[in-house]
Amino acid sequence: MAPAPTTLPVELEEPSTDEVVTLDRPWLVIVWNDPINLMSYVTYVLQKLFGYSKEKATKLMLDVHHKGRAVVSSGTRERAEMDVFRLHEHGLWATMEQES
Amino acid sequence: MLERRVKRRRDGRYALKLDADERELLRSLPDQLLELLDTNDPVLTRLYPPAYAGADDVALEAEYRRLMGSDLEDRHKAALVTLRDTIDAPFLTEEQMGAWLAAINELRLVLGTRLDVGEEDSGEVDPTDPRAPTLALYQYLSFLQDQLVEAATGAL
Repeated sequence: MAPAPTTLPVELEEPSTDEVVTLDRPWLVIVWNDPINLMSYVTYVLQKLFGYSKEKATKLMLDVHHKGRAVVSSGTRERAEMDVFRLHEHGLWATMEQES
Repeated sequence: MLERRVKRRRDGRYALKLDADERELLRSLPDQLLELLDTNDPVLTRLYPPAYAGADDVALEAEYRRLMGSDLEDRHKAALVTLRDTIDAPFLTEEQMGAWLAAINELRLVLGTRLDVGEEDSGEVDPTDPRAPTLALYQYLSFLQDQLVEAATGAL
């Protein structure tokens, strides 16, 4: 990996107004508690879709179960939409919202 | 003790040890739900949750629904078709297993919503309850789903 620069480049250009990089607040993907999905199934889906360990998936599932909801992933809006779609495909009640 | 219904084999496939009675019970369910999916029955709301829940995101939700709604319907239907086509199979591939998990869960979501089940509705079924036959089917599907999950978790 490259080391961090210790001095600024001399010819640092001012960004033009139509090239502003926006560092958007991330979108959060939330799974909500429901009385139908089995706890074992929710854990399995979180492991399968996100590659989480059994421990992490179980912790998130228990958060959903006890607190009513848990953030299971976050990122760009496009990425969050894809995650929500895959969770819906598996029957979980998932929504997304931008971090406040 | 109940015998394990699903077992992952060394070749990566899953052995399905279902009784003839169980397969008969399952047989008509995929087609029933496939037919229901072509209606506007309010119970189907459970299969199509909103993606954007925020009050400020109504336009985003409408756009998401327009772009992705039919894709989700296609995925739901594809899982049910695979379940129907493999109802007598002695073995399932990994992909077919995924479809069984999704399809059995769709059936549970629809039945559970109709029954308005609570988290504690997993015990004995009162035979005098008018919901008893549907509740018994729901509980069988929950039992089967748990067996499928246990077997599939071994492949992760």
